Amino acid sequence: MIHPIPPGTRDVLPEEMRELRRLQRALLDVFESRGYGEVSTPAIEYDEVLARGDSRTAGVAYRFFDEGDLLALRSDMTVPIARLAASRLAGAQTPLRLCYMASAYRAVRPQRGQMREFIQAGVELIGEPAPQGTAEVVEVLEAALDAAGLDRAVIGLGDADLYRQLLTEFGVEGEARDSIIGRLATHDLVGLEAELAAVDGISDEQGATCIALSQLRGGSEVLAEARALGGAAVERATARLQETYEELERRGVADRVQIDLGLLRDLGYYSGAILEVYDPALGHVLGGGGRYDGLLKRFGVDLPAAGFSLYLERVHVAQMEESRRGRGR
Amino acid sequence: MSFGVAGLSRAKPDGPLKIAVPRGALLGETLDILDKVGVDTSEVRGDSRSLIFETAGMTLVTMRPSDVPTYVEAGAADVGITGKDVLLEQSDRMVYELLDLGFGRCRMVLAGRKGDESLGESQRRLGMMRIATKYARIAERHFEATGRQIELIEVKGSVELAPLIGLADGIVDLVATGRTLEENDLEVREEILECTARFVANRVAHKLRAAEVDELTAKLREAAAG
Repeated sequence: MIHPIPPGTRDVLPEEMRELRRLQRALLDVFESRGYGEVSTPAIEYDEVLARGDSRTAGVAYRFFDEGDLLALRSDMTVPIARLAASRLAGAQTPLRLCYMASAYRAVRPQRGQMREFIQAGVELIGEPAPQGTAEVVEVLEAALDAAGLDRAVIGLGDADLYRQLLTEFGVEGEARDSIIGRLATHDLVGLEAELAAVDGISDEQGATCIALSQLRGGSEVLAEARALGGAAVERATARLQETYEELERRGVADRVQIDLGLLRDLGYYSGAILEVYDPALGHVLGGGGRYDGLLKRFGVDLPAAGFSLYLERVHVAQMEESRRGRGR
Repeated sequence: MSFGVAGLSRAKPDGPLKIAVPRGALLGETLDILDKVGVDTSEVRGDSRSLIFETAGMTLVTMRPSDVPTYVEAGAADVGITGKDVLLEQSDRMVYELLDLGFGRCRMVLAGRKGDESLGESQRRLGMMRIATKYARIAERHFEATGRQIELIEVKGSVELAPLIGLADGIVDLVATGRTLEENDLEVREEILECTARFVANRVAHKLRAAEVDELTAKLREAAAG
């Protein structure tokens, strides 16, 4: 007789569990040693409450009825922690430093590197604005990657507001702006070019600026390259990035950071700095994060915030690939 | 501020860039454009039955066009070339579409039997057309966008067969010259979209091997325009 489990979920046996626990402990040690206290929240929440944080997750969340209430399985930890910060921790002394190691659930088509149930390890720094708050989060992320032994991993640093502001500057609003940002988020350059050409009011030069910006990634020199493309929105975004980058240099953690003006995360709550984590041994991103200064306000507490989360299983796979590579040499 | 290439210097990616090369109809022109950008494709052109070819500076991995997004998304290949039809049909695969290479031009069409009214008649009387295709998602999206109901019949082989023996009222398929349709007494009823070959990249490779990917993209852009 066969006793199946749903695709995108899995059992873990002792040998792997030991490795996962070692990794979890290493990460939690980093978080705790920097003053981030671990919290736990329920895996099931009211759908309506989670949607206050990010209505766009509705597409991937598992939802079900319980005596007439619509419940949802959390699809990340950032929104539940924002809820927690605005309820039981409202009025607590800020900044709040919280961390977590928890399962999240997404109704995706399972394939390599994408599970329906997965563990996220991350931190939230609430009440500390940019650039200090962002830099502290990157510093913790850097230490976490070191603790995981991923010394080749790279942190991409971008700005979530750049294109919204740039397109507003170009006079593009509403649906046209959303569809251009959609192309940028999926990095469909062919579609982007066609979309930009089709929108009235965007000159060829402005379209070219938009495309060129999305391709700028590298060291701090890309900030100068971006500025050369001109415009107030670019100026503001590069100024924000430069401020953050200089703070990272002061803290001695800029070494791993790749500035990436093409970076856009598809979650709705990001504003300002955004982060993504890559390792050359793995074709998928290891995690991400950034600032979400408007998220807490949606729960009634107006506090700046930033954080990151790592996909634990992917970090584990990257560890394995890296050690295999180490042995291969 | 320091002006080193931060981040990238750490990444130190392994080995030469891997490019997924589509076998089949796109192979010839793919190899032609790779020749133009200085990749040695002579071994692939030979009668070797290998799937992987090491050339100076790049590894060529040959595969079915429909497998290209799978390999590139997972990072098993850093970049690749495949048809827009494949990318649309597998639109949930997260790959970066960097360039329209312009070759391999063909049309995705709705076709029916010449002089046959069953498409219109099914639509009128049943409110639903029976459509056979290998491109289920493209077909579904097209009819949904134009507000029509279809009964989708997914087939793997020669789709032209379906309307001829009454499995379907019409087909959605890729047409290059139109000869296959002609030979099977079928005709184009609607154009759905035009497809060409595209250059795609893995998300992580696009970040960590930025210089190599950008250089190859620029060369391909020039070769495609020339």
